[in-house]
Amino acid sequence: MNTPFFQAAWAILRKDLQTELRSRELLSSMGLFALLSIFIFSFALELDRIARQEAISGVLWVTVVFASILGLNRSLAMERDQGNLDAMLLAPINRTAIFLGKLIGNYLFALTIGLLLLPVMTVLFNMSLIQPWLLLVLVLGTLGFSTVGTLLATMTVQTRARESLLPILMLPIALPVVIAAVKASTSILNNVPMGDWIAWPQILVVVDFVYLVLCFLLFEFVIED
Amino acid sequence: MAEKSALIEMRALVKTYDLLIVLRKLDLKIERGEFVALLGPNGSGKSTLLRLLSGLSKPTSGTIFIGGWELPREAAAVRAQIGMVSHRALLYENLTARENLQFFARLYNLPQQDIDAQIRLLLERVGLAKRGDSLVRTFSRGMQQRLSIARALLNNPAVLLMDEPYTGLDQDAAQVLDGLLTQAYADGRTILMTSHDLDRAARLASRVLILSRGNIGYDAPASALNGQQLSERYSEITSLATAR
Repeated sequence: MNTPFFQAAWAILRKDLQTELRSRELLSSMGLFALLSIFIFSFALELDRIARQEAISGVLWVTVVFASILGLNRSLAMERDQGNLDAMLLAPINRTAIFLGKLIGNYLFALTIGLLLLPVMTVLFNMSLIQPWLLLVLVLGTLGFSTVGTLLATMTVQTRARESLLPILMLPIALPVVIAAVKASTSILNNVPMGDWIAWPQILVVVDFVYLVLCFLLFEFVIED
Repeated sequence: MAEKSALIEMRALVKTYDLLIVLRKLDLKIERGEFVALLGPNGSGKSTLLRLLSGLSKPTSGTIFIGGWELPREAAAVRAQIGMVSHRALLYENLTARENLQFFARLYNLPQQDIDAQIRLLLERVGLAKRGDSLVRTFSRGMQQRLSIARALLNNPAVLLMDEPYTGLDQDAAQVLDGLLTQAYADGRTILMTSHDLDRAARLASRVLILSRGNIGYDAPASALNGQQLSERYSEITSLATAR
């Protein structure tokens, strides 16, 4: 009786991409915020080369995380404000298909911002950030907090203080992802031997998996009236 | 699946939010093809009842059957035969009318080859055939509500739930909506509509219910009372409930 799971998730993702391509509401605000933050960091932190190597991954992840929070809030608010979340819930679909569709959309937007930042930061901080392992860490890290963020944004979007509530709830929960991502990124940028840091991406894989499973299980309870 | 004669049946339905009792042991049957107007003051439980029937909310206790399927246990089967129109448009403003309907058609798993024809038909029916490729954000409130009805009819539902669909409509738009509802009723759909407009309810519906403080205070065919009499009865019931 239900619409096939992946068909429903794909329809939701396709709708999000279609809406974004037309309005550019999410990517423009996330991108502008991220670029401004990077510029401010680059001018505010007068660092020598060694200090820069230590700080740059923190700058990257702080910027990506906060830009993503901005996008997550807007993405779910768009569903809530016009009652569209209810319209989706009225359809004969598995409710976790809504989570998967929204998650992939949010993840792609966060990843786009992360990928955009790498060349910009390479120029501004005079240090190459375009490295395969760093790309892998970016892919894993953004997946982790996009997963937690999509679930929590679905909860907070129903409250009045949604803009402030999401970071308050999300940052402590996403901390393992951010710590592992920053540690791995710092080591990669400092050319530390792989054996000394490979545990961090492995931790990211495990944390991502745990978050994905938990968020899929919890989503139905989160959207219940 | 249970065999029931009424299309919609509620038994001892209770809904509470923390300590607030919204619906109190409601028993109600609605036959196939009825047009029921559900009246009542704000906070009487009308919208809550519609949310329960649509599966958007779960009852605290009691049972609901729609087309023989039980809620919330068989929610997916129930949702497939329901269309809902609310005072909010439930549409994406940055998509065109056609794109909105295509999105919901995919969610309802309509056969791919039928989607375009079905959308064309519905857009014509609600008078938006020429605006199918316009963005919804450029639509007036009345046009959005007509598109909302097209969305609700996409899956050819047996039951239409309308939660104050006239909110914010001007007189012309309200008349267009009257026509669409009359047509849906003539097509044999079962309609349950909440409203504050007693005259319109008496004119369009086949049966009128007045909900007051979570109970049904009045239940009769719409023809039993004229607009004026219904208004008097409504005041009597709602003021009694307030005095209690």
